[in-house]
Amino acid sequence: MIEVENLHKYFGDTHVLDSISTSFEKGKTNMIIGQSGSGKTVFMKCLLGLLTPDEGTISYDGRRFAELTTDDRRNLRQEMGMVFQGSALFDSMTVEGNVMFPLEMFTNQSRSEMEDRVNFVLERVNLVDAHKKFPSEISGGMQKRVAIARAIVMKPKYLFCDEPNSGLDPNTAIIIDNLIQEITKEYDIITVINSHDMNSVMEIGEKIIFLRNGIKEWEGTNKEIFKTDNEAITNFVYSSELYKKVRQVYIAESD
Amino acid sequence: MNYVSYIGSYAIMIREVFKKPTKWPVMRILILKEIDELIFGSLGIIIFISLFIGGVVSIQTALNLDNPLIPLSLIGFATRQSVILEFAPTFTSIIMAGKVGSYITSSIGTMRVTEQIDALEVMGVNSLNYLVFPKIVAMMIYPFAVAVAMYVGILGGWIAAVFGGFTSSAEFVEGLQLDFKPFHVTYSFIKTYVFAFVLATIPSYHGYYMKGGALDVGKAATTSFVWTSVVIIVMNFILTQLLLG
Repeated sequence: MIEVENLHKYFGDTHVLDSISTSFEKGKTNMIIGQSGSGKTVFMKCLLGLLTPDEGTISYDGRRFAELTTDDRRNLRQEMGMVFQGSALFDSMTVEGNVMFPLEMFTNQSRSEMEDRVNFVLERVNLVDAHKKFPSEISGGMQKRVAIARAIVMKPKYLFCDEPNSGLDPNTAIIIDNLIQEITKEYDIITVINSHDMNSVMEIGEKIIFLRNGIKEWEGTNKEIFKTDNEAITNFVYSSELYKKVRQVYIAESD
Repeated sequence: MNYVSYIGSYAIMIREVFKKPTKWPVMRILILKEIDELIFGSLGIIIFISLFIGGVVSIQTALNLDNPLIPLSLIGFATRQSVILEFAPTFTSIIMAGKVGSYITSSIGTMRVTEQIDALEVMGVNSLNYLVFPKIVAMMIYPFAVAVAMYVGILGGWIAAVFGGFTSSAEFVEGLQLDFKPFHVTYSFIKTYVFAFVLATIPSYHGYYMKGGALDVGKAATTSFVWTSVVIIVMNFILTQLLLG
């Protein structure tokens, strides 16, 4: 479990994160949502240890990040997988090289063992004919799948995804969502997703945290989000006419 | 105050570069790639520039020898001294600040902009060691490139002097051998090692700590070239005072 207690982060005089407390459980897809500038990315960077909180603690299965030595932090990061918004694949490496990179860096496996593992995870993300291609030669959806494969190749305990659907067409976005959820269940890992995509939130958000101006405004499930009276979240989630109608239908059916 | 802060963060960067080394099999490949890119990839431009610089020094010296009492072997002497002491180590390093420096800044800067450096950090890789250390090691072969620049520069001077009809080959060679001090070559290589370190680390610093987008990568590369050149010129002055003064 990842536990966050009373997290504060300042950039100069700006209070970017204001006393955030929450927890993320194993085997669940957790989603952080909110408007641009609400502090989602800063929160995720704090979770990843890329930014240091000014106050509060983050614990990973009881290990408090702030109290770990530099080496222990690097070891903990090897238990994390991250899918960046822009995929962040290494341009100079092929798809195979990108996925094999963590294995080369942190394991003593033979070449054939690494190749077997790479083939396995690339098949898992439904990417079989792209081993020798460079990131610039594949589509955005394929790049996301390579990024997911790279994130899970070391069998992480924690998977973080920063807007995994941005820039993808609706069909590919659904495929990526389903893939992330399947992997979360299959490997029984803690997945935290930063998202703007309301389809993803409704489909796979087993726990949703809504941030507004750096404050945790609301927390619940994708079922509860339909019925909430919180004005800020209803304005955000149901900003389009389509979602307003979907909500009305859902409430009417559930009553 | 800002400059003190920059020097401080540069020093911290250098310390981090030597911490938590990357696995040797991975590092070995990175070093070989950087040697190929930074050193062998620059030999063409170094040879081209050195050949013409040597030729120009030789012609300029020849054209200024009006007094018949001054021997023509001075052309070879002046070419040797200019090329070995300054043109090969310093002028070549300024050219390298443009070619290699901007390559290093833009490649690392692009990795920063596209979150590739964040990806390395999240994986638990010491990104500074992974990105900068191979460049420092590769640049330790830079004196080889400067040695090539010395030979080619003197060759350029010989070609210009002899085929330009300013002196005979024998007189030029006599000038080359006149009052030769091996320490001048040592001095030149000591400078080259310092410049090599500067060429690998200052552009890396500007790339690694850059902020912004694609446009800022270009700005960082320009700033990196300016600062690398400034530091090379200042270090050249200090080392010349220390070693020859």
